[in-house]
Amino acid sequence: MSPLKIKKGSSSHSAYNLRDPNAEVIERHTLAVVVENEPGVLARVIGLFSGRGYNIESLTVAEIDHKGHSSRITIVTTGTAHIIEQIRAQLGRIIPVHEVHDLTVEGAAVERELGLFKVAGEGEKRVEALRLADIFRANVVDTTLKSFVFEITGTPEKIDAFAELMRPLGLEEVARTGVAALSRGSVSES
Amino acid sequence: MTKGQTSTMTGAQMVVQALRDQGVDTVFGYPGGAVLPIYDAIFQQNEIKHVLVRHEQGAVHAAEGYARATGKPGVALVTSGPGATNAVTGLTDALMDSIPIIVLTGQVPTFMIGSDAFQEADTVGITRPCTKHNWLVKETDKLSGVLHEAFHVATSGRPGPVLVDIPKDVQFATGEYTKKTANKSRYQPKLKGDIDAITDLVKAIEKAKRPVFYTGGGVINSGPAASQLLRELVDATGFPITSTLMGLGAYPASGDQWIGMLGMHGLYEANMAMHDCDLMINIGARFDDRITGRLDAFSPRSKKAHIDIDASSINKVIRVDIPILGDVGHVLEDLLKVWKSRGRVTDRENVAKWWKEINTWRKIDCLGFKNSTKTIKPQYALQRLEALTKDMDRYICTEVGQHQMWAAQYLGFEAPNRWMTSGGLGTMGYGFPASIGVQMGHPDALVINVAGEASWLMNMQELGTAMQYRLPVKQFILNNERLGMVRQWQELLHGERYSQSWSEALPDFVKLAEAFGAKGILCSDPADLDDAIMEMIRHPGPVLFDCLVEKHENCFPMIPSGKAHNEMLLGEASTKDAIDADGAVMV
Ligand SMILES: Cc1cc2nc3c(=O)[nH]c(=O)nc-3n(C[C@H](O)[C@H](O)[C@H](O)COP(=O)(O)OP(=O)(O)OC[C@H]3O[C@@H](n4cnc5c(N)ncnc54)[C@H](O)[C@@H]3O)c2cc1C
Ligand SMILES: Cc1ncc(C[n+]2csc(CCOP(=O)(O)OP(=O)(O)O)c2C)c(N)n1
Repeated sequence: MSPLKIKKGSSSHSAYNLRDPNAEVIERHTLAVVVENEPGVLARVIGLFSGRGYNIESLTVAEIDHKGHSSRITIVTTGTAHIIEQIRAQLGRIIPVHEVHDLTVEGAAVERELGLFKVAGEGEKRVEALRLADIFRANVVDTTLKSFVFEITGTPEKIDAFAELMRPLGLEEVARTGVAALSRGSVSES
Repeated sequence: MTKGQTSTMTGAQMVVQALRDQGVDTVFGYPGGAVLPIYDAIFQQNEIKHVLVRHEQGAVHAAEGYARATGKPGVALVTSGPGATNAVTGLTDALMDSIPIIVLTGQVPTFMIGSDAFQEADTVGITRPCTKHNWLVKETDKLSGVLHEAFHVATSGRPGPVLVDIPKDVQFATGEYTKKTANKSRYQPKLKGDIDAITDLVKAIEKAKRPVFYTGGGVINSGPAASQLLRELVDATGFPITSTLMGLGAYPASGDQWIGMLGMHGLYEANMAMHDCDLMINIGARFDDRITGRLDAFSPRSKKAHIDIDASSINKVIRVDIPILGDVGHVLEDLLKVWKSRGRVTDRENVAKWWKEINTWRKIDCLGFKNSTKTIKPQYALQRLEALTKDMDRYICTEVGQHQMWAAQYLGFEAPNRWMTSGGLGTMGYGFPASIGVQMGHPDALVINVAGEASWLMNMQELGTAMQYRLPVKQFILNNERLGMVRQWQELLHGERYSQSWSEALPDFVKLAEAFGAKGILCSDPADLDDAIMEMIRHPGPVLFDCLVEKHENCFPMIPSGKAHNEMLLGEASTKDAIDADGAVMV
């Protein structure tokens, strides 16, 4: 059999469909994952995202029920509707995962994040930082003659906006918790 | 906890007790420092047989073979560090093919974990992505509960491999052993399908003009009853049925409605039926890329239903119209009930027309090949093997490559659990140890591993195991002195530049067999083949059959890279311009 004339280096498509068939609109979703609080469970969740190439914009985790050994992981992720559906299903396969909720599709939800901002400056800049912090309802949790540490709670967008404003005013360090989220209303209502 | 549910013993004894309580009769393993207490406990009992393999990869594949052939979970026991890392390929293989196995690993004592102790490896870390679930057990009191849960997880829902890592101090210490029945697991996958979705499928079945059943490994996973229900459904509806590589045997190859395996190396009629159907009923298959080919050209005009127990399999690759989440057996039972209660309707007239079309595709005889009287064609070797063994109590394993595809094409499977092959991972070196596992599960059956010489060499050390346990496994090697499948791709896609794809410095397989005390048979003349095969079958011990075959045979049919189902390459067909430039990137 004679070989086929193959142009070298071509990779636009193949039986592996190198063109991403799911290249559609990218959505941002907040997932709440209730897990058994056991060693390695966070590694399983994170490993799933890295192993399958999903995005993590933010991830928070803490125990929510000591007696019931459960923790809640809140993940903000992006992807096409199809990818988000896969992420949900893949999370559901993890044995110690008890519940997966897509808060973005399951109705209204509140999202909050906490940020700590260290801002150093003197004179006008210092006054302006304090004034803006007041507008954003940030608290001063530490102060020296040359610096403040502000504590701010809100949506990620609000914290982003605050960070933008602090940058020219001497922003030195930022620590953010990532998003915690709950659906609105009572669970029993819905 | 009720009285009599617990008793005190060492962790090592618990391992043996839990295996016993779980009905395990065979363990494949290899000892080492971190599992010595368990080996000591094994030494002091007679109920559980331990098969000493020659490499831990062999232990895991043997456990896979045992599991697939018996329907029971397979068990492997290995030491920490290198023992555990050697098990990784087998675990990944079992994960891809949904095979229930339990791998027990030793670990350094709990107080030494994290200190880079001798033969320490982060086993649960390394195996997290290649197991369905894994556990590191740090307290002896928790060991029995975890072991029972491990069996439950491995065998429930979509089956898969699990691993339990047991530090040496946990094996030595004493604790409370809890019986299997004492704890109820949280993990309870849904088995019954949604009745509305099932009814939707029934309505689609009633209306379909060009239906096809596309079945897969999930039918085998669901158990023999599922295969039985499938047969009933197929026979009652009169619809054609094809299957993936992993589902062969669920419906008998001799059945009238069987149109052969589908996919990249599947039959012309099966792929054409998939392409042109108006209703595709996927039962326990996962739209693998070897099946779909180019996604935007995959069965463009059909309504698609998908029965699967794993929510992540549904809509992963192909969007379906009727998703049904549940176990094949349970869903088929309900499906049949609903369909019967609604009067067993099908569009007979149009389905008959559809069959006419399928029968014209069948006439193409896509498995036809040019035979030779001088050299043994691999297809011919398999045709003869089939003719001479098909009525026997036979189990077939394969390695990976052209020989694997030919075996799938030319051997017929009448029952589930008789075909053991590495589909998802495509692991060369799987077949020989798997055949050992199968033979352990079916001591009196004829167990044949159809192999390529290159694959077979990857786990050839297991000849020692076959000899030690007098396992009469038949290694039927189609020796083309080439990494045949790789060579085929290089011929078609890389301008005949045969980069590293030949098997040089091959051993004399007959002498190799004899060095282990096994029987070696060499056959190179088509005229001698039948006698040689019969000699292999009659020999009461392990046989290494070196079948010298045509070196440059290609495996057809083949769906070329970047092409749709209806653009298949056939045996003697010209491949000129069949694969376009963009196809060359496929592996
Ligand atoms: C060289 C080579 C060439 C290949 N060429 C081909 C080819 O031409 N054709 C081909 O078919 N394959 C081919 N394969 C194999 C291919 O790679 C895949 O392994 C195979 O197609 C997958 O089979 P499956 O879809 O039946 O899925 P499996 O891997 O068997 O998965 C089973 C599916 O069923 C589900 N399931 C499991 N248990 C249950 C249950 N109880 N109830 C309901 N659902 C369940 C699972 O969730 C999963 O989705 C080839 C492999 C190699 C190595
Ligand atoms: C462990 C492993 N390494 C590499 C490959 C890639 N590969 C697929 S088929 C093949 C050649 C197999 O040769 P052989 O066993 O002689 O079988 P043949 O194709 O000649 O029948 C190779 C190298 C693989 N599947 N598995």
